[in-house]
Amino acid sequence: MSDEKKPGLHSPLRRKLLMGMAALPALTMLPRSSFAQAPATSAINTTGLAVTDTEVTVGILHSATGTMAISETGSIQAEKLAIEQINAMGGVLGRKIKVIQEDGASDWPTFAEKAKKLLVNDKVAAIMGCWTSASRKAVLPVMEQYNGMLYYPTFYEGLEQSKNVIYTGQEATQQILAGIDWITKEKGAKSFYFIGSDYIWPRTSNKIARKHIENMLKLKVVGEEYFPLGHTQFNSVINKLKLTKPDVIFTDVVGGSNVAFYKQLKAAGIDLSKQTLLTISVTEDEIDGIGGENIAGAYACMKYFQSLKNENNAKFVADFQKMWGARTVIGDVSQAAYLGPWLWKATVEKAGSFDIDKVAAASPGIEFKGAPEGYVRIHENHHLWSKTRVGKARLDGQFDVVYETADLVQPDPFPKGYQ
Amino acid sequence: MFGEYSIGDLGAIFAMQGFAGLILFSVYVLMALGLAIIFGQMGVINMAHGEFMILGAYVTWLTSSYFQTHLPSLFSGYFFVAMILAFIASGALGMLVEWALIRHLYKRPLDTLLATWGLSLILQQTYRSVFGAREVGVELPQWMMGSQQITDSIEVPINGIFVMCLTLLITMAVAYIMYKSRWGRQVRAVVQNRVMAGAVGINTERVDCYTFGLGCGIAGIAGSAFTMIGSTSPTSGQLYIVDTFLVVVFGGAASLVGTIASAFTISQAQSTMEFFMSGSMAKVLTLLAIVGILMLRPQGLFALKVRK
Amino acid sequence: MSDNARLVNRPELLGILALAVLLVVILPLSLDVFRLNLVAKYLTYAFVAVGLVICWGYGGILSLGQGVFFGLGGYCMAMFLKLEASSPENTKIQSTPGIPDFMDWNQITSLPFFWKPFHSLTFTVIAIIAVPAFFAFVIGAAMFKRRVGGTYFAIITQAVAAILTILIVGQQGYTGGINGMTDLRTLNGWDIRPDHAKIVLYFFEVACLFGCIFIAQFIRRSKLGRILVAMRDKEDRVRFSGYSVANFKIFAFCVAAIFAAIGGAMFALQVGFMSPSFVGIVPSIEMVIYTAVGGRLSILGAVYGTLLVNFAKTSFSESFPELWLFGLGGLFIAVVLAFPNGLAGIWSDYVQPQVDKLLRKKSPKNGWTDASVADGAPAE
Repeated sequence: MSDEKKPGLHSPLRRKLLMGMAALPALTMLPRSSFAQAPATSAINTTGLAVTDTEVTVGILHSATGTMAISETGSIQAEKLAIEQINAMGGVLGRKIKVIQEDGASDWPTFAEKAKKLLVNDKVAAIMGCWTSASRKAVLPVMEQYNGMLYYPTFYEGLEQSKNVIYTGQEATQQILAGIDWITKEKGAKSFYFIGSDYIWPRTSNKIARKHIENMLKLKVVGEEYFPLGHTQFNSVINKLKLTKPDVIFTDVVGGSNVAFYKQLKAAGIDLSKQTLLTISVTEDEIDGIGGENIAGAYACMKYFQSLKNENNAKFVADFQKMWGARTVIGDVSQAAYLGPWLWKATVEKAGSFDIDKVAAASPGIEFKGAPEGYVRIHENHHLWSKTRVGKARLDGQFDVVYETADLVQPDPFPKGYQ
Repeated sequence: MFGEYSIGDLGAIFAMQGFAGLILFSVYVLMALGLAIIFGQMGVINMAHGEFMILGAYVTWLTSSYFQTHLPSLFSGYFFVAMILAFIASGALGMLVEWALIRHLYKRPLDTLLATWGLSLILQQTYRSVFGAREVGVELPQWMMGSQQITDSIEVPINGIFVMCLTLLITMAVAYIMYKSRWGRQVRAVVQNRVMAGAVGINTERVDCYTFGLGCGIAGIAGSAFTMIGSTSPTSGQLYIVDTFLVVVFGGAASLVGTIASAFTISQAQSTMEFFMSGSMAKVLTLLAIVGILMLRPQGLFALKVRK
Repeated sequence: MSDNARLVNRPELLGILALAVLLVVILPLSLDVFRLNLVAKYLTYAFVAVGLVICWGYGGILSLGQGVFFGLGGYCMAMFLKLEASSPENTKIQSTPGIPDFMDWNQITSLPFFWKPFHSLTFTVIAIIAVPAFFAFVIGAAMFKRRVGGTYFAIITQAVAAILTILIVGQQGYTGGINGMTDLRTLNGWDIRPDHAKIVLYFFEVACLFGCIFIAQFIRRSKLGRILVAMRDKEDRVRFSGYSVANFKIFAFCVAAIFAAIGGAMFALQVGFMSPSFVGIVPSIEMVIYTAVGGRLSILGAVYGTLLVNFAKTSFSESFPELWLFGLGGLFIAVVLAFPNGLAGIWSDYVQPQVDKLLRKKSPKNGWTDASVADGAPAE
């Protein structure tokens, strides 16, 4: 079983290999034979990365503490699962992945410091990490200065592109536009009301949504409100909603504020089965805290839902819950985080080298057919081609997928006409 | 600004905004009562107050899960059980903390701030290790959800009414305990003159311990009530701590009436401003106004005439 | 005490020399550039801690809003650096080239007026000192003239920190919002990112730190320092003796603010960005903790305390990313309960006597803390 000749990642062999954790110890013996054929370290690592004959070091950089731990835990779990699965298959270029996990502590400067530590001291071959835009913005100069490779999982505002980053989540146009088009057609919506947390992602997303609604669809935005992060009193804006009666409430509130918002919305008697609400910030992870009964009936615009019906996803969900507990839910970002290690592995194998420059150059065009969301491919601009889906929240905290784009949506981080 | 709305709408706005302000008011009072006792009466700056609240919230969550799996028939009433348990859990932890930590620091009030800050870090991490970093959602019984239609355009949320009633009840209970009961007299005696209180036979150490426990217990109830409107995660407690301190300081530290008056002023101001400007600016203006007024009247709205 | 007249007495001089040897010789020789840069980052907080020794340890004014001044200084520096990094060539993909990237993202099409002076380095350096000093003066004058002190002052400074954080985050078109100002590159054309630049900046920073230490030492040794201590312990008596208590407090608070601001400016240079996460309540309290761990009465202790806590924080979080808060929380409690005078207290109580015995010195006086003021805990 040589890595180079393996016929894609969806091979039946892989599935067998991953049948169960119990079988892992025995199975890990199997790929060891491939070490004999593994290329020499000197050939595949010319820049002094932490690659030995048997191991390659990769960093995971997320917040395990602080306010963002709520969101980032899922990403850590997904990345660890992917790495474990890759190791069970024999690793990357015959080398097992060794993980160094660092805690960003929900603090952007700490992210920059730890990223630098991972690159300079640990010489990791890639970093899976960051969650908020702020942490990515803090890490980006470090990645570019010390030439690292970051796999960034979160849907984000766009307006960025770097040789040293692969964005495995969707940028704003990819996430929003198709969803707004669909909801407009489906519900005959004429007016929108935006509610968001006060920072760059909601503001940029809303800006794009507003341009789309006003200029392309010729409809109206009747209100736009922002609240500080962590805000928990939404009664005033709920009153405004009652007065303006928008056809669609469009929300990108994040973190703990989400919980307060939906609970208060429900308590104020706004029934989401009658009032259309489209959110781009609520995944299964958040519903855990919000409570399914408070948000049932809302629509969410994502690229992945845990309830997605396909073979890859069934396996992914089973593996995930086997590793992290049967009650663990998987949100859009966790899935995107899961793609990171796999895409990196495929890229390294295509490049035949761990060198950052070669990996960056080999990235465009890399495909991953085993993705739980279905097929994905890396675009020239280092973002992913992926589908946009709309889900309707159920009482049990899962989503029913009610719409998905027919084709993959092209990532467009610098959208013309939306800036 | 008003042009877009009709007269009837405007009436409804003010009615509903007033009500929204009242809910915020109840929330502030619940948060601040415990702190008013601990900070106002004992002079202890308890930076871990938010974490005591979150303990109450987690207890509520545990109770609701327990009732859901074991006593589904009684689920509609679990909230009352949860609040009592939250009070006991937070109060007991409070007494433990007082005994282990706070009582060594009464002569150094600013140091209590540092020690309780350390405590809050430890508690946060404990919650994270025990309950996980993710938020937990507490399911409410059916009767507490939804809203009561008063007129066509005015609706009030039921859990809001519940929080208000709860606040009223707890405030009355605290007022009774502090001003009518024998124990309350002892507390006030200790606050006014510790040495003399000890000399006339009051066990000051025990009074301190119970007072601190009571303050933390009320924080637990507040946390329990918060699960209805906010989120429960290891770090949610921190969000409230500054607001709470401001409410207490603005009201005048040693005065319960002051705390209530200041909670009312702040909540109404914030809720009204929020309607006419962005949430961020409303918050900034409210805080600025508080700081400004405190500069003019440093002892707060209501205060005993004491000057150091 | 005869040596009061001098700036430093002999043990203090030894202490300062020891710190100088540590920072100038030992650390640069023993650490790689990455770790040295971390030390440099820690030392930026040491400026704040030294300021707090004057303001809190000697003046008895506990400010929980030092992050505000750290942030103001840092943002002034960052605005200058950001403007330089946003030259029209660097930003040509934007719809309006030549303005910082975050302004472009927020549809701002020309540089706001208050950004314009920050094209000048001279103005920036003046602003780093003057802006925080002005704010500290306003806050201090308003508070101390009305005799607000102790816990009230602490809580009000917290509110100020909260206000500034919300403002910075909310006005993201002008401030970069929660992301802060990232990707700072050059200082007057000199690239601050490569390793050798970091080393130069490190030595520059150490020099500034010693400057601040000497100023603090001077204040402590002068009559002014005596009045501060007197005020802290018996404010009324000082007032009745005819001193203007408020003015002295305002002065101490301003000095602490300026030190904090210098630290913030150094931070922007060292780390290459500035964000509102240093302005808020949490970092402000942490900075107080550094001082407490070092010993609130000891200027040098504050530096050691800062280094120790940050070193512990980094190494704890590297080895036990999910448990380090326990260690940190425990450290705070231990310091407050068992060692109210911090490291300096431990030194003067346990180590110094042993050293003295070994060296058979005649003078039993300790080196770091001034015995005449170190007794007991500071009063409110």
